[in-house]
Amino acid sequence: MEIPYTVTPRPDSGLFNAKLGIWLFLASEVMLFGALFTTYILMRIGAPDWPHGELDVPLATVNTVVLITSSITMVMAWASLVMKDFKKYKMYIGLTFLAGVIFLIIKGFEYGHHISAGELPSSSTFLAIYFTMTGLHGLHVIGGMIVNGYFWGSGSKMWKTEPERFTNRIEVAGLYWHFVDLVWIFLFPVFYLL
Amino acid sequence: MEATTNIEEFKKHHVRKYIIVFVSLMGLTIVTVTVASFHLSVTTAIMVALLIAAIKGSLVASYFMHLISEKKMIFMTLILTVVFFAVLMGLPLFHHANPITIK
Repeated sequence: MEIPYTVTPRPDSGLFNAKLGIWLFLASEVMLFGALFTTYILMRIGAPDWPHGELDVPLATVNTVVLITSSITMVMAWASLVMKDFKKYKMYIGLTFLAGVIFLIIKGFEYGHHISAGELPSSSTFLAIYFTMTGLHGLHVIGGMIVNGYFWGSGSKMWKTEPERFTNRIEVAGLYWHFVDLVWIFLFPVFYLL
Repeated sequence: MEATTNIEEFKKHHVRKYIIVFVSLMGLTIVTVTVASFHLSVTTAIMVALLIAAIKGSLVASYFMHLISEKKMIFMTLILTVVFFAVLMGLPLFHHANPITIK
């Protein structure tokens, strides 16, 4: 059975199905991270004092730059397909994947430093919410990398048979990846700078 | 976005826009880190950091996620999300501001 509305928009929504699907998923993700941000605020305003300057700001700044860069490479991957340039698409989606790897390596260094210093989630309320939120975000990065890796590799075969459908798939994967970037844009000041 | 868009037209309008947004995001990241080193009062620091984060988030959502030219159905979904998000964040904060105490 053929999946309907993968290329042409549905007459009632004006969207191809996957796009509406990803936005509904992202809406649920807003609620997931929203609940954790609320938890953070309540913990912080309820605490007699809150640690400041315990995290590595330069490393996190580099990670912010890496994720923002990955967002433009992701949108350029999609734009390359719109412009029918498959070679450039491959380069940009590969760079997006690479940026994900760099982000996780840097985060791994940070986590490693905390753990070796005995700073575990059980050590304090601050570390508990820090590990929970950045860990959940890291899992989202891994999820995005699996999808992007697939579309860089065997998943890209669809370009030869159904180019428009493949372009839509990359747009949807991009929407998810930009959301992951967007969450980090808030996590960075909340944990590292305030 | 239609895949059959005129390539030159697309390059001129969209790709240029993406680069401008990217440069703005980088600039705002530098501003965030610089402002954090000014030792402002806690309230001012929170306001400034969240304001910059909100601007950056809006840029990503508007241009990279194409919300600026999106269909009505997406906005309806997002309005509903914003309402639920406000309730999710608002209720515990209201309770915190005015807790019910049992005597």
